[in-house]
Formats: sequence, C-alpha cells, structure tokens
Amino acid sequence: MELSEAWLREWVNPRWESVQLAQRLTMAGFEVEGRTPAAPVFSGVVVGEIVECRKHPKADKLSVCSVTTDGKNRLQIVCGASNARAGLKSAVALVGAKLPGDVTIQRTPLRDVESHGMLCSARELGLGDESEGILELPDSRIGTDLRRALALDDTILTLNLTPNRGDTLSVRGLAREVAALMGKRLAEKRQKPVSPTIEARFPVKLSVPRACPKFVGRVIHGVNARAQSPLWLRERLRRSGLRAINPIVDVTNYVMLELGTPMHAYDLLKLQKGIDVRKARAGERIRLLDGSDVDLDERDLVIADAAGAVGIAGVMGGERTAVSVSTTDLLLEIAYFSPTQVRTSARQHALITDAAQRFERGVDPRAQEQSMERATELLIAIAGGEPGPIVVTAVPKQLPRPQAVILRRSQLERLLGVRVPDARVRRILESLGMSVKSSREGWKVTPPSHRFDIAIEADLIEEVGRIFGFDNVPETHARIDQLFTPVSEQRVDAERPLWTLVDRGYHEAITYSFVDPKLQEQLFPGARPLVLSNPISAELAAMRVSLWPGLIAIARENLRRQQDRVRLFEAGRKFVTSSGALHEVATLAGIALGQALPEQWGEAKRVVDFYDVKADVEALLATTGTADIFTFASDSLSCLHPGRAARIKRGDRNVGWLGELHPELVRTLDLTYTPVLFELETAAALEAKLPVFEEISKFPAIRRDLAIVVDEGVPLAAIREHVSVGARSLLRDLRVLSVYRGKGVDSGRKSVALGLIFQETSRTLTSQDADLTVAAILERLRRELNATIRDQ
Amino acid sequence: MNDLSTIVDQTLGEIARAADLNALEQIRVRLLGKTGVITEQLKSLGGLPAEARPSAGQRINEAKQSLGEAITKRRAELEQASVTAALAAGQIDVTLPGRGQASGGLHPVTKVRLRMEELFRRAGFRVAEGPEVEDDFHNFEALNIPENHPARALMDTFYFGDGRLLRTHTSPVQIRALREGPLPLRLIAPGRVYRSDSDLTHTPMFHQIEGLVVDENVSLANLKAILHGLMEAFFERKLGIRFRPSYFPFTEPSAEVDIECVFCSGKGCRVCKQTGWIEVLGCGMVHPNVFKAVGVDAERWTGYAFGMGIERMTMLRYGVNDIRLYFDNDLRFLRQFQVG
Repeated sequence: MELSEAWLREWVNPRWESVQLAQRLTMAGFEVEGRTPAAPVFSGVVVGEIVECRKHPKADKLSVCSVTTDGKNRLQIVCGASNARAGLKSAVALVGAKLPGDVTIQRTPLRDVESHGMLCSARELGLGDESEGILELPDSRIGTDLRRALALDDTILTLNLTPNRGDTLSVRGLAREVAALMGKRLAEKRQKPVSPTIEARFPVKLSVPRACPKFVGRVIHGVNARAQSPLWLRERLRRSGLRAINPIVDVTNYVMLELGTPMHAYDLLKLQKGIDVRKARAGERIRLLDGSDVDLDERDLVIADAAGAVGIAGVMGGERTAVSVSTTDLLLEIAYFSPTQVRTSARQHALITDAAQRFERGVDPRAQEQSMERATELLIAIAGGEPGPIVVTAVPKQLPRPQAVILRRSQLERLLGVRVPDARVRRILESLGMSVKSSREGWKVTPPSHRFDIAIEADLIEEVGRIFGFDNVPETHARIDQLFTPVSEQRVDAERPLWTLVDRGYHEAITYSFVDPKLQEQLFPGARPLVLSNPISAELAAMRVSLWPGLIAIARENLRRQQDRVRLFEAGRKFVTSSGALHEVATLAGIALGQALPEQWGEAKRVVDFYDVKADVEALLATTGTADIFTFASDSLSCLHPGRAARIKRGDRNVGWLGELHPELVRTLDLTYTPVLFELETAAALEAKLPVFEEISKFPAIRRDLAIVVDEGVPLAAIREHVSVGARSLLRDLRVLSVYRGKGVDSGRKSVALGLIFQETSRTLTSQDADLTVAAILERLRRELNATIRDQ
Repeated sequence: MNDLSTIVDQTLGEIARAADLNALEQIRVRLLGKTGVITEQLKSLGGLPAEARPSAGQRINEAKQSLGEAITKRRAELEQASVTAALAAGQIDVTLPGRGQASGGLHPVTKVRLRMEELFRRAGFRVAEGPEVEDDFHNFEALNIPENHPARALMDTFYFGDGRLLRTHTSPVQIRALREGPLPLRLIAPGRVYRSDSDLTHTPMFHQIEGLVVDENVSLANLKAILHGLMEAFFERKLGIRFRPSYFPFTEPSAEVDIECVFCSGKGCRVCKQTGWIEVLGCGMVHPNVFKAVGVDAERWTGYAFGMGIERMTMLRYGVNDIRLYFDNDLRFLRQFQVG
C-alpha cells in the first residue's frame, strides 16, 4: 500500500522524523519498503490567476495570458493549454523557476510574443501523467508557493502489509498503530452526521445474511458528476497510486483509503426496483466495470437488482449500473461481506481489487455508518446533491463479534522470554483499542471490532511483544541436555561420495526435479512419470525418474558453451512409482563426456570412455569397504549402448547403472561426444561395512604373471572366478595387465595378461607352491573357459 | 725388479686418464684382481730366496698401496664428475604443469547447506528430511493454513491433480517430526522446495533450511540468541540483527529477521536498497494450532521454528547476483566454487 505521510500525520503526528516514523512502523510489523518524495524537486512555482486571456496573433493553438501572482502586477505568459481562461487560478513557473528534468524557465519569445514564465500542467511538475491542460487551483490563494499550496513536501510511504492485518490498509488503521507506538490510543476523528434533505430510500434485501449481514445504503439526488475533485483530494489519491476519475468515484476511493471501508456507488436511475444481495445463479453472467465478462455460479455472492447482478459482492461492480459523468442520482453502498465469501469469488475469478483485498482480510463491521457520513460530506462539498437518510439493513447476529481472550502473565513471560511489567501490558493492549480487565492470572482482553486476528492467547502475546519491541527482548541461550545421538558407521557418510567425485574431477550440478517429458520419454520410454497438472512450462512438466535427463540437458548446454570436457554429477531424488506407490529415491548420478583429462602436455588426448567412468564408480563403491561384493553385469537399458551397459549389483540387489549413451540418442540429441553415464541408488549402494581387523601376513608374497587366450565373449568376471577357485585361498590379488587382440592371437580370441599375487598367512610360500597353484589355475581355465596359454 | 716400477709408473698414468668408472674398474681388475699383475707378483714371492723375500714383498706392497690409493682417488673424482654430469643433464622445467586429472567442486548451494548443517550440528541440532511430494495436510492444513487462507495464494503451488503437491516450503518436516517425536527436539531440515514462479528473482525450485526446536520452556529470547549466533557464525563476523514482527500462519508471534548488510556493513548500498539491512529469514514461536494438529500439548511444550532460503544465503556469502545461475550449471560458474 502507498500512502501520503502527511495524510497519516493529519491523524496522528508523532515527533519522529520521517525516517524514524518509517523505522518505527517497520519494527512494529508494518514494513516500510520505500519512501519517495511526493513530488520531484522544483522551485519558483506559485499560484497565479489569469486575468485576461487572448488568442495568440500568430498561432491558433496558443493563447496569450495576462497573469497576476500578487494581485497587482501582471505577467504576460504564452500558453498552449486549452483550459487556459480568464479567472482561472493555476500554477505559474516564474522566470528563473527550476522544473523537474533540469528545466530552467527563461523569458523567451514564443512565435514573436514574449512569455515571462510558464503556466504548468501536472505532468510538467512531475505530479502524474495527466497532461490535459494546466493545473486548476480554484481553492488556492494567489502568490502561494505551489509546494505549500499542494503540500508537496510530503513523502509517499510504500508499505508491505501482512495478510492478517487488513485493518491497517487505511490511514485510520495505520494511525491507530502509530498512536499505540506513541503509547496512546488514537483519538478518533468525530464525524458529524450529514442531515438528510430528502426522504428517498432504496429497498435492500439480504438473502444470504451469513455472507452479507450488513448493508448501509444512502440515496443522493442531484449530484454534478462533471465537477472536478479538488486538487488536494486528487493529490492524496495520486500518492496512494490511484487516478482521479470523477468526484463520485474519487470520493468512494478516498473514503476507502482513509477509513478502510470499501464502498460502491450505483447510478440510481439504472437500478431496477430493489437490491437483493444473493447468491449468483448458475449460468448468470455479469459485465464488470473493467469491461470483462464473468460467468458466475452459486459460490458467488452478487448485488442484484430486478434485472440481474450489478456487482460481485466486495470484488467489483458491474458496468450496467456504473456511475459516469452524466450520473445525477446515486445509491451509495457500504457493506460488510464475510472474508470467506469475498475470497472465494476473488480467487475464482482471479480478481485482485482494492475492495476484495480489504474485505477478504476483514473490514470493521461497525464502521459503515461513519464512513457513509464521511463520504456524503465530501461528495456534497464537491459535487452538490441532496442526501437521503442512511438506511442500515442488517442481521446483527451474523456480524462477527469480538471474543474475549485470556492472557496469562506466566505464559506471556514464558513465550517472550522476558517479563513485561503489568502496567505496560495493560497500556499496550489499551493503546491498541482493546478493552482490558484484570484477572487473577493476568488479563481478560476483548479486541476491538476492526481486529480479525485476535483469537487466542498467542495473538495477544504477539501484540504485547510487537509494541514492547522485539528489540527489547533479550537474547538468552537455552540450557539444554548434552545428549548424544547415535551416528551410524554402517553407512558411508553422506558427504563422502560428493567429495570422492569432486576429487575425481567432477563438478556438482543441481538441476530441477521436473524435466522435459519428451526428453525423458526418449531416454526411458514408457516410464510413466508423475506429471504436474500446472507446470511452469511444457519443458518442466514431468518429475524425473532418473537424474540423467537433467544431466544430459546441462551437459549439452555446457558443450554449447565451448566446454570440450564435461564431468558433472548430481545428488538428488528421483521420483519412481512402483506398484502404485511413489518412491523418492536418493540418487547419485554422473555424466562424463569429451576429453578424459584436461588438455595437457604429458598425456595423449583421448575421449573419456566406459572404463574411465567405471573407475570413478568403483572409487565410490570402495568407500563402503565392501568393494568385492559389487558386480557389473552386462545388461541392457534402452537409453544405453547395448554392448556398453552394465547393471551395478550389490550381491543380488540392483543398485545402479553404468553405460554409454545409445548412439541413436547421441545423434538425435546432437551431442558432439558420447556421454558415459552412471547412476547409483545411494541408500542401497552406499551401505558400509564396519572394518574388522585381520592379521597382516608376516610372510612374503609371490607373484606370477601369465597370459591366457580366451574367446572374445569370455568376460573378465568369469576368468577371475575361475582363477580364484583354482588358487583356493592363496590368491591375494589379481591384476589385469593387458587385453590384447591381433597378431599372434586367433581372430575371435583375445589374450589377457594377468598378474597374480599369492600369499599364505601361516607360512612362507615356496616357488614350488606358486608353480603348483598356477598349474591348477591353468588347468581349470583350460577346462572351463577353453583357455590356452600364450608365450609360456 | 725394474719391471714393477715400470708397471707402476705406466699404470698410474692410465689410472689418471681413466675416462669412467668402468675403465677404472678394468684397470683395477688387471692389477689387483684374482689374476691381476700385482696379485701374481705377490703369489710369486714364494719362489724367491728367503733373504730376498722381505724387500721384494715390501716393494710389491708399496706398489699395491700406491696403485690402490690412485684408484680410490680417481674413483672419487669420477663419481663426483658423474653426479655433476647427472645434475647438468637432469635439469627439468619445474614450471610445467603437473599431469593427470584436475579436481572438480561442489555446487555453491551445497557448500552453504553443508556449512549450515555443520554449524547446527555443533549447536546440538540433528538433520532431518521429508518427502518433496507432499499432501495438503502436511504442507498446509497442519501448518494452520486452511483452504482459502490468503497465505496459500502467496505460495504458488505445483499440483499433481490427485491431492498431491510439491512442497512449497520445508515446513512440512516440522509436522512429520512432531508426529514422530520424541520431544524435546532440535532439528533442521534442509531440502528442495517448489513454487510455480519464474522470473528474474525467482526459480520454480529452490532450497530452504527449516529449523524447529520444541522443549518445555522455549522462548522468543532463545530464538533470538540462536539466530544471532548462527548469522555471526555463518558470516564469520559480528553482525547487527533485528527481528521485525511479521506474519506466518504457523507461528505466533512471527518475525522476519534482517541482518546488517554484509556488503556495506550497514552503511547502505545498492544490495540493501540503502536501508543497511538485509532480510534473511522468517521465524516465530510455533502456533498452538500446529501443536494441536499433531497432538502435542501446547500447554506443556513451546517451540520455535525458522526457515531460510539457501540460495539467498549463498548470494550473501559469495556475492552471486542472479539466482538463475544456480540452475544453469554453467561450468564456468561452478568452477568458481572449487574451494574447500
């Protein structure tokens, strides 16, 4: 909300400077987000009167005015405004005046006629964008500096108000708070009633008293809607961000801003028979003030006449009965609508209006009569008219009634952590308009009718704390028990895998949990992801079933940014539905593509491959202390190269995948390099084993290297298996020294060189032991894998 | 025995001229080896008459000694020369870069999350988690945000059309933790949250850290102490802090917390919009309705809760000025946070 500080000070005027006022409001829960001058800096502009106004001899659109700013001397000023006329008081920028935009007024001839100054429009003075003619200042005294005449040395406060405090969406509401901060209760302005001069009334029926329990109406005849609202009123509207339209609309807006009660004016001659505040009918339609058509239903509350809806209650009026400059007779409405009702309609039709904002937060149900008097007073002063009596139609038992709340002294201190003296508590509550009765354990407090946010004790504690000042609450450290919580060693520490990958050259990425459904379907056809019903865009609509779609997308972006070596990983959840239940699976996934190593002098350039990334995955798995129970099984997944994909298993459990992206996808995704991808389900993959000490062998190990030739299709896993069995318990380590195909090896066969380390824990192995073991191994390999020995 | 002195003279010259250790060794073997000239001469002493033996033996031994010394001296010279030569030849360019893999780095948001977790753990908090796909009860209802509550409009929620939704804040973890117990508890819950909002200053996904402390006499004063301590620990400096009354449905009283601007030390700059203050988090005392929704006795227990945006803390810590950078995952951005 935007508000003139001067207007606020008219209600309550603390001795605080503007900055301090803003600070106090902020610290009381009404955040002042901005303070801007009500008008830009200008000087040398005074109120003057046009005494004579003639046509310019040489220009049709200009006139030559004779202007006085002291009642004696006259200045000749050339002016282009169409409203320049004799008798008009306006703003005169004298020679030497400095206007916004670094303009200095000089004596200049305009089409051969000397001009000694300038008559100014609102726009030229930075007072809004209305440039239709020069300012009209009928109420101002000649010679007064314009800044004083219009109280321009004012500040516009921009406030960020919380939704629970609808009562502060007005000058009066904020004034109450400022008064409370000064330690007193706001002295409300007395509103003199405007006596009716005619008897006219308009019938009102409340069909849904729960949603509209009170409707205050008043008929006014003979209004001149062509009159212009006075500049001071228009200025206040402007400083609240509203445009002046006509006196009727201006007054309704003004009263809303000042007193917090939204109101509406109907053109009486367009209303048929009587008003019924009722639920809308299915299929009913209304054209609103803003020209839009809205389809209503039974959830909406409407103000209707005999011909149908003339407004959505508390939200916006209809076009059919809207006031215009030709309106003469009015029905003014100030009603109380239930917050739930207004919220429902406003939400349903996505209409955020000043009125709805206030009603849905709660409008004081007792303020309508006073506001009506204020509106009448203003309107008649500006536009004339004969007021009828105020007619209150109400179902009092449906009006919200403030309930007393008990505030315990002990609870106040317990929650705030500070003792607020009793007298201070009472003064604070009373300054906020609450009625306070002492009780044995504290106070019985009844909030005023404008407060919709006081229902329980904690609400009162907040009020006391707020005005007492959170700043005055000390910082006190709680004494807590020093309890230990068990920390499992059976799991790899959550941070460890991240650092492992970081140390191996990966950068961590964070991608959105929702991905492009098309890309995901390409990678995981038939995956049936969880789909958002209101995604932010079609590309971010499906919950990821794997971290790969996100990683591939950002890897591709990085390639576009001229990165020729991309290694990224992400730790996050994937969203997998299995047997009807959604699982949020903590997942660690990575992608590597492009150069295996940073470009350097000592290593040949080569592109990253399956085995590079496998080493990274193995490094991760090694942190579990159970590297040997993991296996990589050749398997197929539609997005991976069928010959270069491995399912990662922990015993019998599937814990992840490793593989190269399918060449077809590399092509369609237009990737310069083939990505190698991995994904691990962290909980399953990274269970750790508590290390158990084993005796270190004191006896030397013996090494034997051998090269065997096997069929191309024999995986190392099979060789390892047989070597291990053949070596019985003696094998400490098996190293793969080379895998060779080509000259000297039959086609369809490959030579695998192994380094075998044998060791016994209880004795020194002899050369003969090693030879026998090797023989047993070879025998087994020959038998089981059709292996032959090379170069033996 | 001219023979011997000739040999000695000649050989001393050869030793002095020996080009390398190998040549020197050959000379040594030829003279002093098992079948070397000198060795042979010593062996032949037995064939001499007894009276000639002492003087001959002495001469041979003298020759042997002087040759031995010459060899030792020459060896030392040659060894020294070879070290010198190795030194001369072995010079490398130490300014050439090292070989192998370069290291990567953590995402800045993760760095800040881990830092926060560490700080909170030290202060006695445990780290909790909750689902990201939530239901209305946990995300709204139990947090005192009933249907039609204005606060719902402030959090543009992603829905799945079957009652499920993406959590809009980490606060649902409060509900789960309170239901599970046991009390008292002190926890934080970092994680992803989602709001359907995307512009210069909003991304549809971001991270929050929720905090919840429930005990028998927890007060606003305790909350103030914890958060002030946290901010000073996080930024590693003394910082002014202020608690502005505010409104959240699930806390009462509620406050927004501002810290003294970390860029201008409160003097006023572009980042803090000249106010000297920067908003960092929202907090408050757990609303009795929240306790009620999870069956905790609000008469016995009190608590405080707070929530902060990790991206925001990351911006303040590292000066990142555009939230969208976090999710572009541009390597040139990520590499800047390799530290640590």
